[in-house]
Amino acid sequence: MCNLKGIFSSFLLLFFIHINFSNAEEIKIPKYDWTFKGITGTFDRSALQRGYQVYTEVCASCHSMNLLSYRNLGEKGGPEFSVEQVKAIAANFEVTDGPNSDGEMFTRPGRPSDRFVSPYPNIEAATAANGGAYPPDMSVLVKARKGGADYIYAVLMGYTEPPADFQLEDGVYYNKYMDGNKIKMSNPLADDLVSYADGTKATQAQMAKDVTTFLTWAAEPHLETRHKLGFKVVIFLIILSTLVYFSMRKLWSRIDPKD
Amino acid sequence: MSEHTYTPKSKFGKWFNDRLPLLSLASHLTDYPTPKNLNYWWTFGGILTFCLLSQIITGLVLAMHYVAHADLAFNSVEHIMRDVNYGWLIRYIHSNGASMFFLAVYIHIFRSLFYGSYKSPREIIWILGMIIYLLMMATAFMGYVLPWGQMSFWGATVITNLFSAIPLFGESITTWLWGGYSVDNPTLTRFFSLHYLFPFLILGLVILHIWALHVPGNNNPIGIDVKKPSKDTVPFHPYITIKDLFALLIFLIIFSGFIFFAPNVLGHSDNYIQANPLVTPKHIVPEWYLLPFYAILRSVPDKLGGVILMFGSIFILMALPWLDSSKVRSSVFRPLNKIFFWVLVVDVLALGYVGAMPAEGLYLFVARVGTIYYFAHFLVILPLLSRIEKTQPLPLSITEPVLTGMPKVEFIKSDKPDV
Repeated sequence: MCNLKGIFSSFLLLFFIHINFSNAEEIKIPKYDWTFKGITGTFDRSALQRGYQVYTEVCASCHSMNLLSYRNLGEKGGPEFSVEQVKAIAANFEVTDGPNSDGEMFTRPGRPSDRFVSPYPNIEAATAANGGAYPPDMSVLVKARKGGADYIYAVLMGYTEPPADFQLEDGVYYNKYMDGNKIKMSNPLADDLVSYADGTKATQAQMAKDVTTFLTWAAEPHLETRHKLGFKVVIFLIILSTLVYFSMRKLWSRIDPKD
Repeated sequence: MSEHTYTPKSKFGKWFNDRLPLLSLASHLTDYPTPKNLNYWWTFGGILTFCLLSQIITGLVLAMHYVAHADLAFNSVEHIMRDVNYGWLIRYIHSNGASMFFLAVYIHIFRSLFYGSYKSPREIIWILGMIIYLLMMATAFMGYVLPWGQMSFWGATVITNLFSAIPLFGESITTWLWGGYSVDNPTLTRFFSLHYLFPFLILGLVILHIWALHVPGNNNPIGIDVKKPSKDTVPFHPYITIKDLFALLIFLIIFSGFIFFAPNVLGHSDNYIQANPLVTPKHIVPEWYLLPFYAILRSVPDKLGGVILMFGSIFILMALPWLDSSKVRSSVFRPLNKIFFWVLVVDVLALGYVGAMPAEGLYLFVARVGTIYYFAHFLVILPLLSRIEKTQPLPLSITEPVLTGMPKVEFIKSDKPDV
C-alpha cells in the first residue's frame, strides 16, 4: 500500500507540474465561478435564455451554429423555452427548403426541427465577408478552445487599449487574452446593446457571462444529465465496492495465512 | 492445463462434455490454483479484460451511428453526442475508456517488470502481451483519427509520414497507407475498417495470453515457483474473482470520475475543430499514452533514426526475458534492480512529459538523456545486473515468510550455489 501511495502521488505531482509549466508559458486566463462548474453544476436557466438572446441578436450575424436545432432550445437541461416560444423563435427565421414538386427551391418560416439558420451560405462566403477571417461555427466552440468557458468569457472581456508600441494592422484589434493579442473580430459587446426581456441590466459583463453560459450549453447540451447520472453512478459504485470489500474480507478469512 | 480431471454429474453434461469439453474448461477456470499472496497489482489483468470488452461493446454501438466519411464524420460524432439516446455516455465511455485501458496496461506491464513475470517459463506470455500492446497502440491511434478533428487529421499525417523515412520504398508505402497522396477520405475509411478489426485480434491474443498463463500458473510477489494446488494456492473462484471485482469497482470509480465530471480533460481541445488540411495546429501532440514514444521519436535529429529508435523502444521489450538473465524473478529480493526499476519509471514519465512539450531547449535535452537512459536500462544495466547483483535469499514457499516473519536459515535456497 505504501508503494501505491508513492506512485499515485508521483503521478499527481507530475500532473500538477505539467499544469503549472504549461500555464506559465501562456497568457493566464482568469477562472470564473460558473454555475455549471463542479460535480453538481447546473445551468442558470434565465442566463441561458438571455444568452440565447445575445447570440441571436449579436453573434448570429456572423457566427453560425449549425449543429443546433430550434427544438433544442425547448429541451430539458437547456434554456427550456416553452413549446410555443420555440415555435415562435423558429418561425422568425426564413428557411430554404425544397425542391418542391416543380423542382424549385422555396423559402418558408422555420420549424422547431430546423437547424439554426446560418448567416452565410458557406465557409468561403463567411470568410470573404469578414476580411479573410472565418468566424468559427459556435456549436462546439467552448470545447474547441483550451480554457473552455473561462477562455470565451476572457476574450469577450479582453478588449483593451493596446500598449503604445504595439503594431496593429487594419481590421485587427487588440485583445488581452487572444493568442498573439490580435483578433480580427471587433469588440462585439457594449453596455445596453440588447435589452433583456426579463429586465436584467445588459452590461457588457452580464452579456458576456450569459452568452458564455449559452455557448457552454450548446457545446455540452447533456451536461446536467451527465452530472446527475454521474453522481448516482459514483454513489452506487461506492456502496457496491464497500459491500464487496466486506464480502471479500469474510471470504478470505477462511484462508489461514499461517498454513 | 491443470492435471485434475472433471466429470459432469448429469448424463447430458457428460455426453456434451465428451464431445466439447466446455464444462471441463469452466471447471479448470474455476478451480485454477492461484498463489494466495497476489497483491492488488495483480488485479489489472481482470481490469484489462473488462476494458477490452467495454471498448468493444461501446464501439459496436458507436459504429451503428458513426459515418466514416471525411465530410460527415465530425458531424456524425456530434450527432451521437446530441441526438442519440445516451450517445454522449457511450462516446465518453469509449474515448475515456481508451485512456483507462492504457493506464491499466502500463500498470500491468510495470508490475511484470518489477516482479520478473516475463522470466522463464513465462516468456511467451510476455511476448504475446507485447504484441497485444502494439496492437492496442495501433487501434487507439486509428480510433483517434475517426472523429476527424484537427488533431485526428494532423496526428494521422505526422504518424503515417513516419513510414516515408523507410529507404527506397518509403514514399510508396505512405501512399499505399493513405490510399492517395495525402490523408483523406480513403485513409479515414480504411482506418475505420481496421479500428473495427483490431480489437478482435486483440481479443484472440488475450485468449492465447491467458492460455499461456494457465500453463505455468501465475507468478507472485515473491517470485518463487509454487506447488499447485497446495497450501500456497487458493482456487481462482471465489477468492481471486472477488478480489478482482473489488479492484475493478475501485477502478470504475476513477473511470466514472473522468466520464461524468471531466470527460474532455484527457483529450485535446483542437479535436473539436473539424479537420482542415489548410490549417496546421500550433503543436501536434498525440494522446498522452503515446507521449514517451513521441519524445523518443523527436529526440533524434534524423527522421529515419527517430523512427528506428521509436519502434526499437518497443521491440527491445520483446527481448527482455533474455536481456535480464537473473534467476531471481521478484525485485523484492533484488536490491539493485529495485532501484533501477524506479529510475526507469521516472525516466518513462519524464519522457512522457517532454513528449507533450515543444521539442526545443531543455525539453529536447531531457528527451535525449531520457532516450539514452531507456535503452541503456535494457541493453546495459539489466544484463550487467544479472551478473553482478547479490540477490537476497529466497524463501522456500509463500507460507514460509508469513509463518516466521523472516525466512528460516535452514529453509533458504539461493539461486547462487555456494556463495
